[in-house]
Amino acid sequence: MSHLLEVTDLRKEYPLQSGLLSAVMGSRRVVHAVNGVSFVLDEGGSLGLAGESGCGKTTTAKLILRLLHPTAGSIRFAGRDVAALDGSDLLSYRRQVQFIFQNPYEALNPRFTILRSLLEPLIIHEIGQSIAERVERVAGALDRVHLNPPETFFLKYPHQLSGGQLQRVVIARALLVDPVLLVADEPVSMLDVSIRAGVLNLMRELSRERKLTTIYISHDLALIRYMCSVTAVMYLGTICEIGPTEEVIEHPRHPYTQALVSAVPDPDPTRPRRPVEIADTVPTPFQLPAGCPFADRCPQVMEVCRHLRPLLLPVDAGVRVACHLYPDSTPRTAEGYGAKMEPH
Amino acid sequence: MSLLEIDTLAVQYHTLHGAVQAVRGVTLSIERGRAVGLVGESGCGKTTLARALIGVLPRNAAITGGRVRFDGADLLQLSGDALNNYRWRRIAMVPQAAMDSLDPVYRVGDQLVETMRLRGGLTSPQARERAERLFALIGLEPGRLRLYPHELSGGMKQRVVIAMALALDPQLVIADEPVTALDVIVQHQVLRTLRELQETLQLSLLLITHDISVVADLCDDVAVMYAGRIVEAGSVREVFAAPHHPYTMGLRNAFPSLRARSARLVPIEGYPPDLASPPAGCAFAPRCPFAIERCWHDDPALLPTTGGRLAACHRAAEADALRTQAPQAFARLETTGPQSVRPGAPPAGGTL
Repeated sequence: MSHLLEVTDLRKEYPLQSGLLSAVMGSRRVVHAVNGVSFVLDEGGSLGLAGESGCGKTTTAKLILRLLHPTAGSIRFAGRDVAALDGSDLLSYRRQVQFIFQNPYEALNPRFTILRSLLEPLIIHEIGQSIAERVERVAGALDRVHLNPPETFFLKYPHQLSGGQLQRVVIARALLVDPVLLVADEPVSMLDVSIRAGVLNLMRELSRERKLTTIYISHDLALIRYMCSVTAVMYLGTICEIGPTEEVIEHPRHPYTQALVSAVPDPDPTRPRRPVEIADTVPTPFQLPAGCPFADRCPQVMEVCRHLRPLLLPVDAGVRVACHLYPDSTPRTAEGYGAKMEPH
Repeated sequence: MSLLEIDTLAVQYHTLHGAVQAVRGVTLSIERGRAVGLVGESGCGKTTLARALIGVLPRNAAITGGRVRFDGADLLQLSGDALNNYRWRRIAMVPQAAMDSLDPVYRVGDQLVETMRLRGGLTSPQARERAERLFALIGLEPGRLRLYPHELSGGMKQRVVIAMALALDPQLVIADEPVTALDVIVQHQVLRTLRELQETLQLSLLLITHDISVVADLCDDVAVMYAGRIVEAGSVREVFAAPHHPYTMGLRNAFPSLRARSARLVPIEGYPPDLASPPAGCAFAPRCPFAIERCWHDDPALLPTTGGRLAACHRAAEADALRTQAPQAFARLETTGPQSVRPGAPPAGGTL
């Protein structure tokens, strides 16, 4: 069976700005923003990419959107290599894969009316026969995201709307072109708490109703638990644990996931917590340790972790973990890490 | 007697569009040695309230009423040197994004020492010794005093800023969103440090945040703020376990919890009112599924309800019954939208 999205051993390196001295010495320092990420996503699935800032989750999203080119590895969408797309195929890919970014205030041109911002994708992708039909589609999309009545929003400018309304406009724009895959990067972190639930519910309903495949990127595990059936936890450019969301959050297996889950504060003060303590120093992504990237902070570190990088391999209950505590993760051959995985 | 007593404090901003009533009669007290969380959405006035306490409001803002008593003294009557004796020495503030205001060209230790010399009148050796003790207190090795801000992680910088606030042994620390920019693991560690300090030093703490989980984690008491008013106050356990105000009830259902299996979240429909022209009645009424006729013209006062709690709601006595209906009631509003027209009032377009 082929998957909608197949990401294999994806890597993205950024060269560090180097001075004259290092240029003369020939040393080249790079930031390994994404360092061997692999996963597959089936049609209609929802994947959450969780992790702290700097773990490479947004870079992974930008690579999938083809806003960045990978240093190595491949992304296949509906069986085709995304890096090789050009011309009308690329345009079609850009239509099928839509995104919602963190900051709705920056996602819309401040000098365009809402109507103009929403007509643009229809014109670019040649959807609709006439202006009248396109305007009707825009009205339908605004209505679907509960901006009622739609006509009252047509001639407004972004600064006249609240953050929650703007994010709804951004969602409407993404849905206008009938996407297959929707990538949302921290879609509600700029919004107030009382507004967030409405936007999240809307996105849940829309993806169910249109059978969208979705990727949510967030540092907030509670949000990912609410939105996603599969969760991948990233650390320093790699996935350290991936599996069904309930399993990953209820029974975290990787020591990093355990620390992350236990550190999340809970709105219910009576619920007992057993925090896992780890050091708060994060290694920088240009001095990656030779072994497990988490070894320096891991409370259960072993000798093997310091020099051998664990593979992301199945443990149980559909969960894959990259940790030597689970014997299957220790590579038996010299083959690289980043084995393929089936999240479902 | 409480350490800090705020009594019907009101603050206005003067803007091009007229006066904005950011704080509209806040009454709140903080006991000695207690950690109080002040929660609310952006624009509800929580930061303005904090800044008013120590007299660091922006130029276009003015205190228009109320009193603030700290340890018996009326803070609002003080100015100049008299007020400076309170700032930092007795009331310290960790403003929002404070860790980004460390001076990048000075070692963090020197910045800490400078504070103690200039504001606390300590000699250099005294200040150095105290800086080392402060660093030990916040969980940093004394060697790190010699580092520059860019050599520290976000969590460490936040700890340094907390150390600065503690430098002159204040009785009250006001921390405005102290962990907002930090990753969750670091956030947890900074909060734990803050809690330990508060307990060992018997500090009073006023923690301002939009995140009710942070308050649940750290504080003894909580005050929920909405549209420039405190709408509910009490102990964290009681308020979050059994809220008496519909806004607090709504917040509890609007928030995903990592540890509870996800019931459908229910948003609070609508938006807070424009404080340039605050409504005559309860500010929450348009978003409240339980609003009755009285709520639209009679603004409820913050009054004691059961169990030493305070709530500003005409229907606080029915809170237990309302709470069980809250998820369905807020969900109904989600489909009908906020109530733009009050029941019994002429329809929009009618004579008003």
